[in-house]
Amino acid sequence: MKVGIVVFPGSNCDRDMYHVLTEIFNLDTKFFWHEKNLPKEIDAVILPGGFSYGDRLRAGIIAAHSPIIKDVKKLASSGIPILGVCNGFQILVESGLLPGALLKNNSLSFMCQWTNLIVENNKTPFTNKLKLHQKIPIPIANGEGRYYADDLTLKKLEKNNQIVFRYSEMVNGSSLRIAGICNVNGNVLGMMPHPERAIESEINPIDNKPSALIFESLLNSIGIQN
Amino acid sequence: MTLFSQNSVPLYKVHIIIENKPGISDPEGDTILHDLVLKASFPSVSKIRSAKMLKFDIKEKNKNTAKKKIQKLCDELRIYNPMVSKLTVQVFEL
Repeated sequence: MKVGIVVFPGSNCDRDMYHVLTEIFNLDTKFFWHEKNLPKEIDAVILPGGFSYGDRLRAGIIAAHSPIIKDVKKLASSGIPILGVCNGFQILVESGLLPGALLKNNSLSFMCQWTNLIVENNKTPFTNKLKLHQKIPIPIANGEGRYYADDLTLKKLEKNNQIVFRYSEMVNGSSLRIAGICNVNGNVLGMMPHPERAIESEINPIDNKPSALIFESLLNSIGIQN
Repeated sequence: MTLFSQNSVPLYKVHIIIENKPGISDPEGDTILHDLVLKASFPSVSKIRSAKMLKFDIKEKNKNTAKKKIQKLCDELRIYNPMVSKLTVQVFEL
């Protein structure tokens, strides 16, 4: 067993992620309902996008109390790569695995559009095949995607090289145009944009290769030749 | 006057207000101010902040413990994100 995708009530990008991992990268992948445990021998865990618990109270907060999060925390502390996309990023923040907050976009709208990311840290398990400052055309689809952290936290993020992706332009009011951050050890990454929606040329009109490198980086980091 | 339940533990209403800390932008409040209130004939309004309110019914022995219990609950369950939000707790006797 290689990669686990956690499914919460209201996840809706779990199957997209499964499709990418199994059909494109031929990875052994399994779904895990949020009330279950994760196996200790797992190689990576992905928290997919969606609207867990209908975004009630605040996006990600109720899912952050799901029983499976205890296992996600244990695996995170043991250095296993953990990726949270969109709602998965919100859950990582609300569970305390990543600092900060994700607020309503400045536009107050649900934003569904193509953006460009700039790679700011290519030392993580999800970015080691990307070049520093490489551009990634990638879609966002969120209502609460404006990353916020106080000045002290932002300084720490910069000092520890925890800012992994920035938007090339300001799209939603995020502090320092942050689109994705990692923990201090670099193995837990949260990002608002959707790489699983960008890696196939049929659905990416711009360039699918950079997003594919996010997954190829993961394969590389867990010792699988692509 | 406090409303006593059957086992004589009084019931309190506790309201919590969750709002962005001062200095953190509140686009919802700003939009209501600039695109609704100030476009109408209410120029004396200078600021609007939006917030979320939760209303709890809780049985506790007194007003103080009711307030403390709700504050504890909000902290432990991260009902508000302390990095970005300010929490106000108000207790009402029935």
